[in-house]
Amino acid sequence: MQRTKAARTRTSPAEQGDNRAALVFLAPWFVGLALITVGPITASLYLSFTDYSLLDAPEWTGLDNYIAMANDPRLFTSLRVTFTYVFVSVPLQLAAALGLALFLDRGLRGLPIYRSVFYLPSLLGASVAVAILWRRIFGNAGLINQLLGMIGFENAPGWIAHPDYALGTLIVFNVWTFGSPMVIFLAGLRQIPNDLYEASAIDGAGKLRQFRSVTIPLLTPIIFFNLVLQIIFAFQAFTQAFVVSGGTGGPIDSTLFYTLYLYEEGFANLHMGYASAMAWLLLVIIAALTAVNFFASKYWVFYND
Amino acid sequence: MIYPLLWMVASSFKPNALIFRDPSLIPSELDLTNYTAGWTALTHPFTHYLMNSFVIVAGAVLGNLVSCSMAAYAFARLNFRGRKLWFAVMLMSIMLPIHVVIVPQYILFSQLDWINTYLPLVVPKLLATDAFFIFLMVQFFRGIPRDLTEAAHIDGAGHGRIFLQIMLPLSTPALATTAIFTFIWTWNDFFSQLIFLTDPEMYTVPVALRTFVDSTSDSSWGSLMAMSVVSLVPIFLLFLFGQRYLVRGIATTGLK
Repeated sequence: MQRTKAARTRTSPAEQGDNRAALVFLAPWFVGLALITVGPITASLYLSFTDYSLLDAPEWTGLDNYIAMANDPRLFTSLRVTFTYVFVSVPLQLAAALGLALFLDRGLRGLPIYRSVFYLPSLLGASVAVAILWRRIFGNAGLINQLLGMIGFENAPGWIAHPDYALGTLIVFNVWTFGSPMVIFLAGLRQIPNDLYEASAIDGAGKLRQFRSVTIPLLTPIIFFNLVLQIIFAFQAFTQAFVVSGGTGGPIDSTLFYTLYLYEEGFANLHMGYASAMAWLLLVIIAALTAVNFFASKYWVFYND
Repeated sequence: MIYPLLWMVASSFKPNALIFRDPSLIPSELDLTNYTAGWTALTHPFTHYLMNSFVIVAGAVLGNLVSCSMAAYAFARLNFRGRKLWFAVMLMSIMLPIHVVIVPQYILFSQLDWINTYLPLVVPKLLATDAFFIFLMVQFFRGIPRDLTEAAHIDGAGHGRIFLQIMLPLSTPALATTAIFTFIWTWNDFFSQLIFLTDPEMYTVPVALRTFVDSTSDSSWGSLMAMSVVSLVPIFLLFLFGQRYLVRGIATTGLK
């Protein structure tokens, strides 16, 4: 017994070589992990319990930041704005992506130009330039109102300047960039074996029945993947709201995204401690939602293995 | 879908008075004044911001290619102690929102006197902090037949040679996807450039465009549109030439 155990734990020369080589190949990553990721995470947790303006040393204040957050009406506004944005735009975006993917998969196979047309907005959508474009399209004298004017609707509101509609335009913006989930859906659709459709057709299933009983169940892992990723991305949205609202989250905080408020507190007001506490709440929210997603997936995601 | 983008391009060639009255896509005349006026509207000519962006992008692409491929080789081919644990750590770091680390990173970089330099935007890439690309390359490396590397090993090649002379040459699709996406994400990145670059001398394209928005009255919207178009040209060209790789890269990994 003793001997076999010793033999098992002793490393062979090849394994030793691998250990040494791994240290070399992973050296940059290890340094980055320590200095740029784990160190800052730890520091951020510490700072979230302090009052820190960057100019003086951080001063330990215990739970003060978290208590202040619980009593901060703007924080709750930003949470409401962000949750509305995520829970309205992500389902719409995925529905659009799936719809178009089904259409492209059946009707227009092998026409990359169509794929590009739908994908391009996603690539450009994160840029300041396209956020500027959005501001112009939904502005007072913008494209939307010109088009509305042409079909007889005068006196349309200045969408981005109106607190009731500003967030809506940003939701439309996010839905418009559905190209990335669409490409992933397309890849998933290609992997569904054709014989399943043929077999179900022989059993007398119509197109709608096939969609419900073959396509959707086999696509659930991809739907789940897209859902998890897009929720995580949507919570971190910043550029759109920053540019469209001119950095203020206005009108009257109707587009005050959580990240925008975090930026304002940390880098404009130099409340670094408060901003750190906000960052930790964001991390907890994203982690919790991802966990809920994974838990719920047991009931609706179908793995074919 | 791309009507808004086409409208932007069309508007950039129209005189200001026409932009808000004429939604058509074909400008009645090709007017370049928006471009000439926009190019010099800020403290520095727009070429300056383009160059700044290109420097950062080049550093980021190079950094990601070198450091992420190295880490990926270790995870895909080396049987080292704690591999599973570190792999899990790497996967978790992909999900981490930048907002959690940005404040301490800012403090760290400001103490190193790196604010208003390109170092905070390039050095992390050299340290493989874009773990997403490690994951992408691990997936790709795993698909390369082991026979190839084992044969080289028997012939006496070390890991350095196997990595440089076998793995990397066979991995052009994965390397190209990494390069293209690093280019696009860094070019578009606004949040960290806004935070780390506050001196107009160092501004990149997105940060410069944003100051343009704030300083623009309605009469120069045409110039702003023109410069917005200019800022999208590099991504558009890259998309045009890299499409083949992009679609494959996305199809296998599902990234944004």
